[in-house]
Amino acid sequence: MRKVGKQSIIFDKVYLKSASTIVGPLEMQGPLAKYYDANYDNLYCEKQNWEQAEMQLFSDVLDIALVKANLAVDEIDMIFAGDLNNQLSIANYSLRNYPIPYVGIYGACSTSSLSLINGACVLDGGLGKYILCATSSHNATSERQFRYPTEYGGQKPDSITFTVTGAGAGILTRNICDVRLTKATMGIVVDSGTTDSLDMGRSMAPAAIHTLKTHLEDFQEDINSFDLILTGDLSTYGAKAFKELAREFKIDLGNNYHDCGMLVYDLENQPVFAGGSGCACAAVVMYGYVVKQMLAGRLNKVLVIATGALLNPIMVAQKETIPGIAHAIVLERVK
Amino acid sequence: MNIFAKLTKNNYGDKMEKQIYEKVLNNTKVKRPVLKNSLQAFLIGGIIALLGQALLDFFQNVLELEEKMATSMMSISLVFLSSLLTGIGIFDRIGQFAGAGSIIPITGFSNSMTSAALESKSEGIVLGIMTNMFKLAGAVIVAGIVSAFFSATLIYLFSR
Repeated sequence: MRKVGKQSIIFDKVYLKSASTIVGPLEMQGPLAKYYDANYDNLYCEKQNWEQAEMQLFSDVLDIALVKANLAVDEIDMIFAGDLNNQLSIANYSLRNYPIPYVGIYGACSTSSLSLINGACVLDGGLGKYILCATSSHNATSERQFRYPTEYGGQKPDSITFTVTGAGAGILTRNICDVRLTKATMGIVVDSGTTDSLDMGRSMAPAAIHTLKTHLEDFQEDINSFDLILTGDLSTYGAKAFKELAREFKIDLGNNYHDCGMLVYDLENQPVFAGGSGCACAAVVMYGYVVKQMLAGRLNKVLVIATGALLNPIMVAQKETIPGIAHAIVLERVK
Repeated sequence: MNIFAKLTKNNYGDKMEKQIYEKVLNNTKVKRPVLKNSLQAFLIGGIIALLGQALLDFFQNVLELEEKMATSMMSISLVFLSSLLTGIGIFDRIGQFAGAGSIIPITGFSNSMTSAALESKSEGIVLGIMTNMFKLAGAVIVAGIVSAFFSATLIYLFSR
């Protein structure tokens, strides 16, 4: 493991032993349905309330990851996890049942890649054999956390994003596996002064482009070496701003750029406004679609830039802006 | 000597970079379809008003209630209807189409209370439902009381 430039890290031996995903009903009707491991056909996930439902998703995804890796809970050396709820309550409460040393992290919707970067650093630093990284989000819990009651009848603008209900987890190891985590670029907080919490895709676009730019500079990387460049949850309008920013900074995205928020749903036929968002958005696309495509040999090198809008409803009500952050990781197929 | 001179706070790139961010965000602003929204609000708002009038006529002419009583019954019926539609998950779809058309009349008041109550049901009856029910509707009540106070004061002062 070595630091490159000011923000980037190159890892020696970090492999993805297993990846797991679970989603809710609307995601299962989306275009990536066949890449998920499990699903619930009701938002309640057989529980009494939304928080319990998200905890169910979170626990399920850990169990699936462990089963897929053929590991017992006590073989995991550390877990990095987080969600969108106050005090990371979903991860905290779910992990009551998992006696694993735990680090809770908050990166808003960038938690998937942030947890992988943390896990990879610990692993490459020699602090264990298996590191678990997990995150979840639930449409109804985050509506409650950040917006209005779910049944509130106010009109939502086209720019609003739709929080993905689901969870994703990955187990990192130093033993050679099919997918390798080679590089990462940690983001810095970029605040470009946006204040509209119903238009978060665009407020994260500057953070995403900053991380991409830094990644390319730090590694002197040719952008065409990636089969796919994914941003986390910029959605329709955020992705448009991202492409525009790339043009301004003379970065040629080519045809390999996509946004997880636009891949996870059928934007034409599903009632999701500008597209998906939430921790689970980047997580289910990465752990589901990207990893399975890599295992099938259809993708070789993918850059995932998970993006997070670091807003807090109280701060926004106090006329504060919405800072953004983006963390990038490079996944490569081991040939 | 300024001991903090070494600390550069604005370290995410130079000013130019920030200007580019702002320029692009300005250029990509999402426009709201104001005319379309207004027409839809006009249509649904009008339908709700028509429904209110029909209910009022029904209570006055068929049930032969006094005007004051009939007006209250009409409001209660609309509140009940929108509360019911909120509970079965239909009101938010109407609201998405109608915007101000369904949220400004008493139907919106009812929806904001019912939706807040539903949302906080899992936190218990007292601290959940009863505490949070007026979370959104509270603003309407405060605005109503404050403006009633001022208009009553004005009437008191000038109508003698």
